[in-house]
Amino acid sequence: MSLIQTSTTELLRDLSARKISSVELTRAYLDQIAARDGQIKAFLHVDPDRALAQAKAIDERRGRGEAVGKLGGLPVAIKDVICTKGQRTTCGSKMLENFVPPYDATVVEKLKAADAVLIGKTNMDEFAMGGSTENSAYFKTRNPWDTERVPGGSSGGAAACVAASMAPLSIGTDTGGSIRQPAAFCGVTGLKPTYGRVSRYGLVAFASSLDQIGPLGATAEDCALVLEVLAGHDSRDSTSADVPVPSYSATVNQPLKGLKLGIVKEFFVSGLDGEIEAAVREAVKVYEKLGATVHELSMPHSKYGIAVYYIIAPSEASSNLARYDGAHYGYRCDEKQMLADLAAEEQRLQAAGNKKKLADLDTPLIRMYRQTRAEGFGPEVKRRIMLGTYTLSAGYYDAYYLKALKVRRLIRGDYDAAFGQVDFIIGPTTPSPAFKIGEKTDDPLSMYLEDLYTVTTNLAGIGGISIPCGMTQSGLPIGLQLQCRPFDEERLLQAAAMFQRQTDWHTRRPALS
Amino acid sequence: MSDFKYDLIIGLETHVQLLTKSKLFCGCSTKFGAAPNTQTCPVCTGMPGSLPVMNRQAFALGLKTAIALNCEIPEFTKWDRKNYYYPDLPKGYQISQYDLPMSQRGWLEIHDPKGEFEPKRVGIIRAHLEEDAGKSLHDEAAGKSDTRIDLNRTGTALLEIVSEPDMRSTKEARAYVTELRLLLLYLGVSDCNMQEGSLRIDANVNLHIHAPQGKVATPIVEIKNLNSFRFLERALAYEAQRQYAAWQETGKTIKDAPKQTRGWDDAKGMTFAQREKEESSDYRYFPDPDLVPVITPRAEVEKVRGELCELPAAIRHRLELSYGVTTYDSDVLVGQGRGLVDYYEQVARAAGDGKKAANWVTQEVLRVLNEQSIPLEKFPLAPGTLAELVKVVVAGELEVTRAKEVFNDMVATRRSASDSMKSLGIEKVDESALVAICREVLLANPKVVADVKGGKQQAVGSLIGQAKKKNPNANPNDVRRICLELIEKGLE
Repeated sequence: MSLIQTSTTELLRDLSARKISSVELTRAYLDQIAARDGQIKAFLHVDPDRALAQAKAIDERRGRGEAVGKLGGLPVAIKDVICTKGQRTTCGSKMLENFVPPYDATVVEKLKAADAVLIGKTNMDEFAMGGSTENSAYFKTRNPWDTERVPGGSSGGAAACVAASMAPLSIGTDTGGSIRQPAAFCGVTGLKPTYGRVSRYGLVAFASSLDQIGPLGATAEDCALVLEVLAGHDSRDSTSADVPVPSYSATVNQPLKGLKLGIVKEFFVSGLDGEIEAAVREAVKVYEKLGATVHELSMPHSKYGIAVYYIIAPSEASSNLARYDGAHYGYRCDEKQMLADLAAEEQRLQAAGNKKKLADLDTPLIRMYRQTRAEGFGPEVKRRIMLGTYTLSAGYYDAYYLKALKVRRLIRGDYDAAFGQVDFIIGPTTPSPAFKIGEKTDDPLSMYLEDLYTVTTNLAGIGGISIPCGMTQSGLPIGLQLQCRPFDEERLLQAAAMFQRQTDWHTRRPALS
Repeated sequence: MSDFKYDLIIGLETHVQLLTKSKLFCGCSTKFGAAPNTQTCPVCTGMPGSLPVMNRQAFALGLKTAIALNCEIPEFTKWDRKNYYYPDLPKGYQISQYDLPMSQRGWLEIHDPKGEFEPKRVGIIRAHLEEDAGKSLHDEAAGKSDTRIDLNRTGTALLEIVSEPDMRSTKEARAYVTELRLLLLYLGVSDCNMQEGSLRIDANVNLHIHAPQGKVATPIVEIKNLNSFRFLERALAYEAQRQYAAWQETGKTIKDAPKQTRGWDDAKGMTFAQREKEESSDYRYFPDPDLVPVITPRAEVEKVRGELCELPAAIRHRLELSYGVTTYDSDVLVGQGRGLVDYYEQVARAAGDGKKAANWVTQEVLRVLNEQSIPLEKFPLAPGTLAELVKVVVAGELEVTRAKEVFNDMVATRRSASDSMKSLGIEKVDESALVAICREVLLANPKVVADVKGGKQQAVGSLIGQAKKKNPNANPNDVRRICLELIEKGLE
């Protein structure tokens, strides 16, 4: 079996036994990237020299008998919304095309300290806004199972690179489903940790109260290994939780007994694809065979999830993205041209004697802001900035933002009540499998509905995982979502691993061309 | 139109830079005067992905101040974002506190040492923490109109203290700022350096005009950036006149115009309308999701209250009560800071006369400090040393003019009072010698003797100078007493 098809557990074992070197392994993945990524386009930047140098250094340390970190020379891909010192971090936006952060995100520091080889930065929807990676300012990423289809998003590159064996592990971010939905579309495992489990320092904010960094890999075991590295309190992030970090990788294969699973009746309604429903029901049976009991639950406020999410996330985004104004860093419009245009406009208005328009004419500063943002942001980002600016405006704040916050608490209340009865909530990750590129571009609302099953996890601040649980007739992966109590990732990963020991959906890979 | 009486209504918003080592949400230094953009980091420059973390010391200083301002301290407070675009605000929003500030509903008592207005309490609506913006430096050299941005100040901790519109004159406004500044200095929470922008004042002003149809309120004007006492008083005085004239001309009242923002041009001596900041009408405040709320338990508030230093008003009261100093002197003493108060108290206790000690400290000591531009710590006389001189004066052994000579000598030579007196040849003249001098002088001035006999006792005063010429140590009181006695007894 080639290196890129070997499980990370075996790779780690072989690395530490020095049967293989990190350089060999990194080269194997770089070769795969060279072979496949021209078609898939999962990566925005790959720096082979830097990755190999890092791998070499790890090999040398291991050769000298020095201690090597938990990731021991395994390549890890990083979503391009996470700051890497000295390496471009674009957030999939023209606005940050040439932005080179002067610092590493906390998770990047941790990955480096754990001796991960940073193999590249993955493509994404601009500023993590979207569910298809079609909103990248650079190019669209394709689903390795069907290159006519989207890989999901916003962490589309992160999921596609694992599915196409271009990286064994990758780091994504999840604000409303952005790890779990692409994991489901690409047939990989993706974990969205509890809010506060992983530091957000260095994660370029989309919606600060919802954003969370998490791992993607082939299996729950992979995710356990990476989460163990990522998790923990960070004095630089006030919202990171000071909760002990269990050894997820040590316990992930311990089976859980007497599991109580909840099925939310509101999740199985019209709109849910028949094949997905069947696969999910089949998955429930697998758990039942393992001794789990299943309980039907009602989460009466879940139906407001999408509405609440599309008020809160854009509101925060409208403020978070205000800093991209061309004044300090990032994209700035062509100033010379802008000033010339402005002068010409003024002359025209003067000639026409249009006093009102003259008085309203932008100052050069305001025009610079306007033009920079008009040119630097893509349509989906603009749409959300406008939405959020509106919902935070005086006179609308109470009716939208404040009301949304109240419903958000009710949704959390639904989960608290549910977790009083069951250990995990089980259901589909997405209502339908990967859709065709361009299919929903002109219909943002139907795109937003893709987040139906995932947004409430973020709104409630709890944990969730998507694991492969089947394939459609047309050969597209299906994702099963498990949601857990806050900070119950240890058991969530154990539950996911139990399923993966009974099934082989997670081992399937698209045909290598 | 005839002239009507009006009341001037003033409320002040004061921005105080807190004396923290680092900024409100990052570890950067707050030192004033560093080269532009050298005290910055990813957090205060608003780099993508950076996050704020509250500086606990800043919160503690804010809490201390709020408690000293008699504010209520809610258990729960939070941070909000105030959204607006400006190049010296790199995040596009300022982290501030909106609807649930860290403190509210307090008061500060103001007074006038000259008694020009009755002491009164000025209400404090709220005091809240927020981060400062950077500085825009408009560089118009070489025909360019570039603006340069210095972000060193960005993120510095500010306490915004908002008063009720309780002040009725420029004097009251001045007294409020004076008292507030003093309080902050005593608390040690700010250096209050107005030139460096550590204390910045915006004034909200309007008039209540006593018109025949009843009281009429003029539109409220906010005058921004009154960064000295002089600006404050002049701007308020000007604005009162301007608003009155504007009302007479247009008749516009508070109902006809929204609040206007004006600046102060000191050279022209005028306020001027300012162009509104873009979208200033709607800051779209919302809770900052990057920060967690701050919980202040009751017990902590009481602990801080218990640890507060003695505040200026209490010290003034105590000095007047325990040492019998005048309101004016207690104001001067306290106004100079805790160091001078302590110095004074030591002099007063050692000399046994608080009033005399106050005269010496507020007049002579302060004169020397001013003349030599030195701080109190550099003043050459220890309180005990000065007290010895005061004691001699209190005992009536030295008249004030000579005592001042002794004082100057002590300051110059650092000698003790007795050594200085000795070196100046000051010694008590014994009674018989004095009697001889007085006799001589009286004989030489028969007209004075006649005047005294005719009932004009004060005529003796003209002899004191002559007696002192014969012996500079002659004590004027003794000379007066002996002369009168001699005239009474008959000179022969």
